[in-house]
Amino acid sequence: MQFFGSSEISPSPPVPTASGNNAHMMYVFNRNGVCLLYREWNRPLRTLDSNQDHKLMFGLLFSLKSLTAKMDPSSSVEKGNLGVPQLPGQGCSFHSFRTNTYKLSFMESPSGIKIILVTHPKASDLRESLKYIYNLYVEYVVKNPLYTPGTPIKSELFNTTLDQYVRGLG
Amino acid sequence: MAAIYSLYIINKSGGLIFYKDYGLAGRMDTNDSLRLASLWHSMHAISQQLSPISGCSGIELLEADTFDLHCFQSLTGTKFFVVSEPGTHHMDNLLKHIYELYTDYVLKNPFYEMEMPIRCELFDINLAQAIQKDRVAYLGR
Repeated sequence: MQFFGSSEISPSPPVPTASGNNAHMMYVFNRNGVCLLYREWNRPLRTLDSNQDHKLMFGLLFSLKSLTAKMDPSSSVEKGNLGVPQLPGQGCSFHSFRTNTYKLSFMESPSGIKIILVTHPKASDLRESLKYIYNLYVEYVVKNPLYTPGTPIKSELFNTTLDQYVRGLG
Repeated sequence: MAAIYSLYIINKSGGLIFYKDYGLAGRMDTNDSLRLASLWHSMHAISQQLSPISGCSGIELLEADTFDLHCFQSLTGTKFFVVSEPGTHHMDNLLKHIYELYTDYVLKNPFYEMEMPIRCELFDINLAQAIQKDRVAYLGR
């Protein structure tokens, strides 16, 4: 896990590669599994109510992370038992998975903030975009003196900037 | 370095029926491989629930930091997945080929009981050949 250089917002966001608005939804979780933010742009199918949906998503990420940590073929050192919680940056993590209908990109910051972006399955590598979104979060949410950590994000400025950025994304 | 680290086949209820390791790190504990297989089965199902669009058939490719996991699900619910080096692109063909071998040498074996662990010599031989061929093709690039 790398740390993300300076906290300055880079002057130009990473260039989107494909065309059209392909993002479906986005989640931000903190390290306790509280959903700080849920944005939705295009979601025709909804199988669960939102609370259940967030829980299921967090559970999926948690379990996939323990799966990848255990499966990691690069090191033969003892990887601990399956299902033991991993600290951010510890063990082998994953950055995306793809199904036939969507692609989920995932990033975890060193402080345990998880950013999840669900897009069209043909979307390119979105790691840089997630880092940019993390920078937006630092600038507009963490640096906001009125924001209490661990509570849902209600920043209008953050939401509009985010919408704007995601709209331009591949 | 091998292109493929390991191969798993799980039946429609998530039980591991075949596991083979091709990596350098050595074989995983049997209990752990069983747990990983059933964990993958559930994650595959949950990913269908979370789809924003209807018609989702589960995870096809999982990109981790040090490996890629390619999964192929047959119409009967048997899942084949390989753990490979990151950035390998031809795994779909290999998985389909392994599926063909499975139908030819496992399902057509009169002594094979459905959904039970695979112990078929012909399957092992042909699988080893297929993996070897894939590895040669990979090294040739």
